Amino acid sequence: MSPLKISWKSLWSKPLSSALNIMLIAFGTGILTILLLASTQIGDKLDKNSKDIDLVVGAKGSPLQLILSSIYYIDFPTGNIPLKEAMELANSPFVKRAVPLALGDNHNGIRIVGTDSNFVSLYQLKTKEGKFWSGDFEATIGATVAKNERLKIGDTFYGAHGLSGSSDIHKNHGYVVSGILELQGNVADNLILTNIASVWKMHEEHEEDHEHQVTDGTEEEHDHEKHSHEGHQHETPEAEEKKELTALLIQYRSPMSVAMFPRLVNETTNMQAASPAQESTRLFSLIGVGVDTLQWFALLIMFIAAISVFVNLYNSLKERKYDLAIMRTLGASRTKLFGIIMAEGLMLTIAGTLLGILLGHMILEFIGSNQESSQAQLSGFVLLFDEIYLFAGGLAIGIFASIIPAVQAYRSNISSILAKN
Amino acid sequence: MISVKSVSHHYSGGQQIAFEDWQIEKGEQWLLLGNSGSGKTTLLHILTGILKPEHGTVNIDGTAVYNLSSKELDRFRGQNIGIVFQRPHLIKSLSISENLAIAQSFAGLPADLNRIDEVLTSLGIADKKDAYPEELSQGQLQRVSIGRAVINKPALLIADEPTSSLDDKNATAVLNLLLQQSQLNQATLIVATHDKRVKDAFTNTYQLT
Repeated sequence: MSPLKISWKSLWSKPLSSALNIMLIAFGTGILTILLLASTQIGDKLDKNSKDIDLVVGAKGSPLQLILSSIYYIDFPTGNIPLKEAMELANSPFVKRAVPLALGDNHNGIRIVGTDSNFVSLYQLKTKEGKFWSGDFEATIGATVAKNERLKIGDTFYGAHGLSGSSDIHKNHGYVVSGILELQGNVADNLILTNIASVWKMHEEHEEDHEHQVTDGTEEEHDHEKHSHEGHQHETPEAEEKKELTALLIQYRSPMSVAMFPRLVNETTNMQAASPAQESTRLFSLIGVGVDTLQWFALLIMFIAAISVFVNLYNSLKERKYDLAIMRTLGASRTKLFGIIMAEGLMLTIAGTLLGILLGHMILEFIGSNQESSQAQLSGFVLLFDEIYLFAGGLAIGIFASIIPAVQAYRSNISSILAKN
Repeated sequence: MISVKSVSHHYSGGQQIAFEDWQIEKGEQWLLLGNSGSGKTTLLHILTGILKPEHGTVNIDGTAVYNLSSKELDRFRGQNIGIVFQRPHLIKSLSISENLAIAQSFAGLPADLNRIDEVLTSLGIADKKDAYPEELSQGQLQRVSIGRAVINKPALLIADEPTSSLDDKNATAVLNLLLQQSQLNQATLIVATHDKRVKDAFTNTYQLT
């Protein structure tokens, strides 16, 4: 009969208080596990999606909003930028690659992105089936989109105006699925890609429809406006000028651009430049407050758990000091008693920690599978190296909680305990 | 084979107690008599290596007990001395046979299930092997504690007031078991008591005053 088995049996003789201690520790560790996994995964996702993008140029407004809408596709765009000015920037010597984005429509909440082949090379996309879009109203869809919407090559679907909601469907033109992407592990999985012209055309006709309706109703008021529009349409270069983009993703040609290019954009044009790295950091520091609070909360729980294990061991030591003295008379050394008490505390905390880590993973997987937002899907089936610190933390709590009772057991004067009877 | 020479002890209250020299031969059965407060428990603790006396030596089978290190002493006690206390004090979370098994393992001896069966059978409680202490009566528990004391075939079997919390019937039974077990295991027996029911069974007595 080994000392470990004695500890084990002793814990099982008090199942309720042992279970309470394990639960407390598991709860604390569980929260920490979830925080660790979630923040790492979100951080990874942010990094992965903004990888290789040095700068985003868009309409003036909140730089964070610009980044969120044009890199992570979660917020609304800040507005539109004129195509002509955007192209001037794209051709600037500072720029290695510029990816134009035209947003504005969705299909069942999935954003339809008008862009060009630069997008493909930026995200290093590959098709699983079919080919990339080439003509108007051809679309290449992300792997997750294909799966969730059950779309196949050759299928037709309609875009709806806006970034969510399907009240205002563009029924004039349907998109035809020309290709399906491989699973990329980035935003492209949840996007529908097409060419920019498709997005424009969709809206030109849309706007014309509206204009007709308006002119039918209140001719006088809108006469001037209508006139000016018609005037534009006569001259082709100016019509070209009227065309707009939502944003431009920029890759710098050299590190020198970092200093020059953003200033160029912000000072000489009516557009703004936002750096994904900077804005991600800012976003993370905003989320960080909540994460920090939860972290402290979890640590507090762990601390309470440690106290609880300590009290549990300390009280049981009072009851058991006679037992322990008897063990000494049976030949057990001081060190062995020390070991028995330590083992009890460590078994509780290790069991609690492992259970907590397991629970954390399971809960996160559960949260992930019930998540609405597809752009930040979390998974519980990821094991991080950092979890070893959680385990070490649990071990430290076990040692902290059991060291005092164990030392007491080590030091106890068996003669006086036995004499008191 | 057991000798106690010029032993004296100092209580923390300042009181000094000196013990007469005591020579015990192998296989003898002794009664240690004395009223409560006369130092019975102190002498037993000194004899079993639990309490180091200020002066004097205790020699068991040629080993000067207090020259051993703390760890060696614990081991020596486990292998050579069996102690029966006034109350059985079995470990509640372990079954009866496990309570005997830890006595083997703490003494550094290999687990011997046959020996456990043998002891329990000779005490008439073999059927309680897998029971837990709380399921047994006081008398049965005291038998188990005797079993635990003799499991390693100690040279010296010591009982401190083994009968004082038992009724007449159980007291006689326990006393007979102690005598019987010490003979069976060829152990020297010392019973410390102030219980008059016990006296007649012994010829050797050591009187504390």
